Amino acid sequence: MTQTISAPRTESNRLLADLTSAEYAAGFVTDIASDAIPAGLSEDVVRLISAKKGEPEWLLDFRLKAFRHWQTMPVPIWARVHYPPIDFQSIVYYSAPKQKLDGPKSLAEVDPKLLETYEKLGVPLHERAALAGVAVDAVFDSVSVATTFKDKLHEVGVIFGSFSEAVREHPELVKKYLGSVVPYSDNFYAALNSAVFSDGSFCYIPKGVKCPMELSTYFRINAKNTGQFERTLIIADDDAAVSYLEGCTAPMRDENQLHAAVVELVAHENAKIKYSTVQNWYPGDKDGKGGIYNFVTKRGACRGNNSKISWTQVETGSAITWKYPSCILQGDNSVGEFYSVALANNRQQADTGTKMIHIGKNTRSTIVSKGISAGHGQNTYRGLVKIGKNAEGARNYSQCDSLLLGSNCGAHTFPYIDVQNPTAQMEHEATTSKISDDQIFYFQSRGLATEDAVSMIVNGFCKEVIKELPMEFAVEAQKLLGLSLEGSVG
Amino acid sequence: MLRITDLHANAGDKPILKGLTLNVNGGEVHAIMGPNGSGKSTLAHVLAGRPGYTVTGGEVLYKSSPLFDLAPEVRAREGVFLAYQYPVELPGVSNLYFLRSALNAIRKHRGEPDIDAIDFLAIAKEKAKLVDMDEALVKRNVNEGFSGGEKKRNEIFQMAVLEPSLAILDETDSGLDIDALRTVARGVNKLRSEDRAMIVVTHYQRLLEYIVPDFVHVLIDGKIALSGGKELALELESKGYEWLEKEPAGAH
Repeated sequence: MTQTISAPRTESNRLLADLTSAEYAAGFVTDIASDAIPAGLSEDVVRLISAKKGEPEWLLDFRLKAFRHWQTMPVPIWARVHYPPIDFQSIVYYSAPKQKLDGPKSLAEVDPKLLETYEKLGVPLHERAALAGVAVDAVFDSVSVATTFKDKLHEVGVIFGSFSEAVREHPELVKKYLGSVVPYSDNFYAALNSAVFSDGSFCYIPKGVKCPMELSTYFRINAKNTGQFERTLIIADDDAAVSYLEGCTAPMRDENQLHAAVVELVAHENAKIKYSTVQNWYPGDKDGKGGIYNFVTKRGACRGNNSKISWTQVETGSAITWKYPSCILQGDNSVGEFYSVALANNRQQADTGTKMIHIGKNTRSTIVSKGISAGHGQNTYRGLVKIGKNAEGARNYSQCDSLLLGSNCGAHTFPYIDVQNPTAQMEHEATTSKISDDQIFYFQSRGLATEDAVSMIVNGFCKEVIKELPMEFAVEAQKLLGLSLEGSVG
Repeated sequence: MLRITDLHANAGDKPILKGLTLNVNGGEVHAIMGPNGSGKSTLAHVLAGRPGYTVTGGEVLYKSSPLFDLAPEVRAREGVFLAYQYPVELPGVSNLYFLRSALNAIRKHRGEPDIDAIDFLAIAKEKAKLVDMDEALVKRNVNEGFSGGEKKRNEIFQMAVLEPSLAILDETDSGLDIDALRTVARGVNKLRSEDRAMIVVTHYQRLLEYIVPDFVHVLIDGKIALSGGKELALELESKGYEWLEKEPAGAH
């Protein structure tokens, strides 16, 4: 079943076109010396990255297997996005701000320019009382530059820090779980990531521990012509719980930059993982010049009975988004959730959704997807709900809503459903709406300007998803949605 | 309050208002009656600034300043209020949030401080009583899933909260049963005051039994064909509009 809708031309479109777009606030560049390797990709480059990070043999093997497999794979073309072919030899696969070989020991050793960068972005790297509720791992280009509140987390046994550090300090955990949810052979970009990933965040919540604070990673691309390939691995052991946040920005640049991350989540018996993303990579300019290609593989495995993984994403950035945070519901009674707002303005293209794979008995999943298209944006929801033959009593509820602003954008829905057990219950609802001239005038006739009207309608449209975000993030996300749409619609 | 002189306006390309002149003072209630297509709703929409209408001639002074110099939202902030014939649904936008934002936009325009959510709730509760509006309805999304009567009631509720200087009621009676009509009319009557003018656009005399106007104007083919007191409405009820359409304007 596919559904493709283009908005009709109306009176307000002229108005929409007249208004100018808001500036991308995170578009500055940090002037910092970096240690980068030359552009291009080969086995030698993979070995070089591994050597730079002083990795053990088994990890280099993993990378090399991934690289060799990647070379055999064709570039995927099934997504409803259009862009010129990427020259993988013109990308720099490793860039790190120059610092001591084994990284800074504490915040005091971090380059002040880096601290300033995160300060400007509103990311708290100083462990201030006001923001004491969130621990942050800051990833700058290819490496993690700082992690806050490590000691406090250590007291309760929570391991949180950069991926490289985890490889050094907890190799047994990394070895056990790396590639266990997203194998290197999974898809083209996952294979690429497995070969060249540089850093990312690692998090382990031991048995019975409810993580006492929100954990977060803030990804920043700074260097030119550089790809960012981070790897995130989160494990919640039996009866553990964690809420994890992820934010991302990049400078405004004329050329496209590739971001191909892999995120793996593992939830054991009764464990709960809540993963929230506010993605604001540089979306390119009004005419579609520049911007990040965000080709990401995110997947969680509910391994244990009664476990739960919940994805919430607000996607306002990137020139192209290609991303399907998914849940493999292995444990009986396990629960998967996906709440998403994806916005495509100007020339942005988003092809995003989820996969809910029901394997265990009485597994449940909920999908709430809100797509907003404006300008010439193209927004696609693509989702798979699969009920395996042993998934007695599995249930899924899916809701896909599209909101169109203006007449040159598009909304597309591709829900795939595969049910192999007759006891399963599936519900699917979909709506498409457009902000009408009459609605805008109704606001105006009550004293509210067009921008207020659009932001109130959009926020109303996204309410169900925004309320799933942790509070500080929800406020941020609402502001971001307002900013990203400012002036583009009416 | 409002001085309309020789107003000409098109709906799309079609001339609808063809030289309309009307004076409305503070405290007065003016009823505009007339057959379908005579320009009643066009007048209401042109005054509120709805897109799709073009003013082609004449002048409208509101509080002694040219009304058409103001954007629709600025007119609203200056105290012009349109109660819709067909109120629009705003899915996902709560009535309370919508109205508080509107009230604060008006207050900001006047240089007054914002009203916070808690104080506003008290105001809303008090005003909802004027139109017997259920508190649950006050908290729901704007007009979403409301019945016809509930929508009209919500319009008058909004008017009570926003306290306009000039309220234009466009066919507020249409689609209402007699009980709902009485409730809405009672709300409107409570909002009548010395410093508030109202223009009540209606097709039928019925509404005017409950909202008794100071003046009645008959609009025929884009012009006021006849003006009189409240008794004119009764005369129209028995005689219809046809006799006016055949005679030249002002011959009565």
